[in-house]
Amino acid sequence: MAQHAPDHSAPVGEIPKPNTGWIWKTFWIISAITALEFLIAYLMPANTLRNSIFIILTIFKAFFIVAEFMHLKHETKGLIWTILIPMSLLIWLLVALITEGNYLGDSIQNAFK
Amino acid sequence: MSTISTTQTIPDTALDKPRTGTWDGGNEPFKASYGKLMMWFFLLSDAFTFAAFLTTYGLIRHRHDAYTGTPEAFQFSTSYWPIPEKVFDAFPGLHGVHLPLGFVALMTMILIFSSVTMVLAVEAGHRMDKKDVQKWLLWTILFGTTFLGCQAWEWTHFITGTDEGTLMNDGTVFRGANLAMNQYGPVLFADLFFFITGFHGTHVFSGVCLLVYAFIATTNGTFEKRGHYEMVEKIGLYWHFVDLVWVFVFTFFYLV
Repeated sequence: MAQHAPDHSAPVGEIPKPNTGWIWKTFWIISAITALEFLIAYLMPANTLRNSIFIILTIFKAFFIVAEFMHLKHETKGLIWTILIPMSLLIWLLVALITEGNYLGDSIQNAFK
Repeated sequence: MSTISTTQTIPDTALDKPRTGTWDGGNEPFKASYGKLMMWFFLLSDAFTFAAFLTTYGLIRHRHDAYTGTPEAFQFSTSYWPIPEKVFDAFPGLHGVHLPLGFVALMTMILIFSSVTMVLAVEAGHRMDKKDVQKWLLWTILFGTTFLGCQAWEWTHFITGTDEGTLMNDGTVFRGANLAMNQYGPVLFADLFFFITGFHGTHVFSGVCLLVYAFIATTNGTFEKRGHYEMVEKIGLYWHFVDLVWVFVFTFFYLV
């Protein structure tokens, strides 16, 4: 009960008007990409090309979420690279382990032939 | 008002003014506050964890045979990896209707919406608009809990299985899934489903807890007294990350 701060904590100045245009713009871009993904999922037969399109569209979506919503685009260059360089190593991991999975599959399925 | 955390004895006069020297914590690396920077590094490490999960999914999927027939003739079997849209085709209240990925689409939109309301809360925080921060935080909590509810339904359906089930090798019909057996395909398919979506769901749950905290603190005027809403911003970073992970889970688990 030590604090008896006045409850009428009215802000000193006027509250500025919200500036939300860019938020909704980003939202529409992400929604459009998601809609496109579903369209492709329904209309296109599954193959490597379709999967590549999905992955590219996903990276686009990730870019908008990280750059705009998480504000990374507007941070310093140092922070941007600190996040992006370690992430890029994951591409290597992904390619390496999927290749490994194919090899594992082959050797297990062909073991008794 | 000194918050210097050091065991060194500092002369009283030094405490009168904030320490601004380069090695005294006077400058901010990358022009980001300590808390935001640490949140970024935490998220980076968390991204590694999720990437490890999804890479494991890739490895195990490629280690199994792929289904080679036409999509129309597809049947569940443990001898090949299932087509995701054949597994996830149910919608609450529409029993027996084949709606490939319909419910996942809804869940994805809910999470994207929650991300938008989260940015709106952060934006309102920048303007010191307490009412707007409260409003948008509440919307975010609503979408977050809705997403969790959807996931609970999705899990229940996955565990309970379809009416037909799958004829197993020993002649019995098995419905649904657990960690040792499932009707949809290889054992590891269900295991990975539980681990990946479960780990993501845990993150959403933690996010909702943080949002509830932020809402209470905003309502109590904690951030207003502090002079900034940086806590909302940091929780926002975490929340967008959870959305980001879902974007990848959605692609690699449901679409590809």
